[in-house]
Amino acid sequence: MTLSSQTLSYDLDYNYGYLDEQTKRMVRRAILKAIAIPGYQVPFGSREMPLARGWGTGGIQITASLIGPSDCLKVIDQGADDTTNAVSIRNFFARVSGVNTTEKVSEASIIQTRHRIPEQPLVEGQILVYQVPQPEPLRGLEPSELETRNLHAWAEYGLMHVRLYEDISRFGHVTSTYSYPVMVNDRYITSPTPIPKFDNPKMDMMPALQLFGAGREKRIYAIPPYTKVKSLDFEDHPFTIQKWDQPCGICGSKFSYLDEVIVDDKGSRLFVCSDTDYCRQSASAAQQ
Amino acid sequence: MYVAVKGGEAAIAASLDLIAYHRRGDLSVSEIEVAQIRQQMKICVARVMNEGSLYDEDLAALALKQAQGDIVEAAFLMRAFRTTLKRLGSSLPLDITKMAVQRRISAAFKDLPGGQILGPTYDYTHRLFEFSLAAQGSEPEVQESSSVLDASMPRVADLLADEGLIEPELPADHDPSPMDITRDPVEFPADRATRLQILSRGDEGFLLGLAYSTQRGFGGNHPFAGEIRMGEVSVQFYSEELGMVLDIGDITVTECQMINQFKGSAKIPPQFTRGYGFTFGHCERKAMSMALVDRALKSKDLDEGHTYPAQQEEFVLYHCDSIEASGFVEHLKLPHYVDFQGELELIRKIRAEQALSKANAAQQSLDAPQ
Repeated sequence: MTLSSQTLSYDLDYNYGYLDEQTKRMVRRAILKAIAIPGYQVPFGSREMPLARGWGTGGIQITASLIGPSDCLKVIDQGADDTTNAVSIRNFFARVSGVNTTEKVSEASIIQTRHRIPEQPLVEGQILVYQVPQPEPLRGLEPSELETRNLHAWAEYGLMHVRLYEDISRFGHVTSTYSYPVMVNDRYITSPTPIPKFDNPKMDMMPALQLFGAGREKRIYAIPPYTKVKSLDFEDHPFTIQKWDQPCGICGSKFSYLDEVIVDDKGSRLFVCSDTDYCRQSASAAQQ
Repeated sequence: MYVAVKGGEAAIAASLDLIAYHRRGDLSVSEIEVAQIRQQMKICVARVMNEGSLYDEDLAALALKQAQGDIVEAAFLMRAFRTTLKRLGSSLPLDITKMAVQRRISAAFKDLPGGQILGPTYDYTHRLFEFSLAAQGSEPEVQESSSVLDASMPRVADLLADEGLIEPELPADHDPSPMDITRDPVEFPADRATRLQILSRGDEGFLLGLAYSTQRGFGGNHPFAGEIRMGEVSVQFYSEELGMVLDIGDITVTECQMINQFKGSAKIPPQFTRGYGFTFGHCERKAMSMALVDRALKSKDLDEGHTYPAQQEEFVLYHCDSIEASGFVEHLKLPHYVDFQGELELIRKIRAEQALSKANAAQQSLDAPQ
């Protein structure tokens, strides 16, 4: 890979990709370890970033460590390319790395996301970078990090199964609609991040590499391509995903995750695809 | 027909213009200068340097100007800049006994070698407005004292240590290269060097509240302000290339050593114990709070139990950082409509199911033979 500052324009006040090379190496080492132990949370020396904690600093550090001049970056938040934080992160990378950006899944080599997996299936060679607010799926059940690391080490997951059981006995359903816990590679219970459980099945045997960065919590974890990812459930209460009674109000798709939009003060509602790239493609396909 | 909300990009650009506009305020009022903030808002500048964990008064003053005086935002600017700086090496430990003291007091001894030096403090001001400051400003004068301070002032805790009455302050195993919280992830249980680093850049308000809680009964341990001192110390750096120690400048710091009671345990005889606080600039409240919380976090090692909030290190160390806390609290402003949609779907489903089963039950009781 050669880097020519003539052809690539980026902010020369900072190192390429913002992070210094030593930090990038440290992050890459953490990523490699994470890939070697799918679902295991690797502690890393998370740096302060010029964007606020909780606004994607983990994902940004991963992307900054991976990105090179030949990459093409897509950034989504809630499935959309034009939400303010996605715009802000995309602009940040355009400024510090000068890479091409895109809104099309098919063109992107790196997709950084918050709260969604694109509807269009990802392919080999692509990297999906998740922003992670809380990497520890057991945190709600056990506040101590010292404890939860022990629970993972011993694969001591009874707590989580009891919680799911109690949900079902009280409400008839597991009440997690997002951040629905998954078992990765039959070993680690892992947080899929606050994606809707609708997206969980896409994680299973995904051809693309999935990387997860939690900046504030200083953890990186990974799901390598073609890794088994199973949403936790019981034989008599199998895992299910959300369904809607109506198709997308714009493109008519019956297969996508829908956002609910209140369109007037009488409470009328419209359901539209949360994935803007998918919606645009499926709308133009419907026209032809 | 609904048109998806577009224009995040334009909105962001307009928002940046707006903050610049509001920052400047009324144009008929002269613009505040960074040098003025640095000189006349020194205590605020110190707080920004502490929580931003970077000693640079000019940058801290600029950060305050840029952030319209928002301390957490200003500290965040410092952190984001600091993280891009190259690490040249570590300074030698500061020699606090050689401090050019501006203020030095002990609440434990009436008099002590070096004397009590009150220095600049708001402690004995009456909190009454000086309206003259608003009217015509001031050009205050101070009189130079005829007596000269002692060249070296022993620390009070060291005097007690000579008698063996206070716990010894021994370097940890890996000293003088303690773990660096800005380079490596913190692991628990954290050692003391790690705890002190986190506390010294922790949020002043959070630490103040925790410190107060230990005094009020949530982790009682009666402290004495053994010594508080503030002044200039020189920072020295050993240069490998030159083979000599270089004096790279003076910084203003505040140090607080709290002396705490300790009843003793099965393993340790009764003795005084230490709580340590250290901050950049004149930042006394923070240094004292830090010292109380440092002592509270020792409770586990001293077999005192650790049931109170200030004694729980994961609780204290994870949550005292103003930059991380504000980032995560404020991220709730980001869109969450995908997740909210999931919750809406679930609650509608559960309510529909419950209504149905209630209706079925009512129907059954109607159908049942009387």
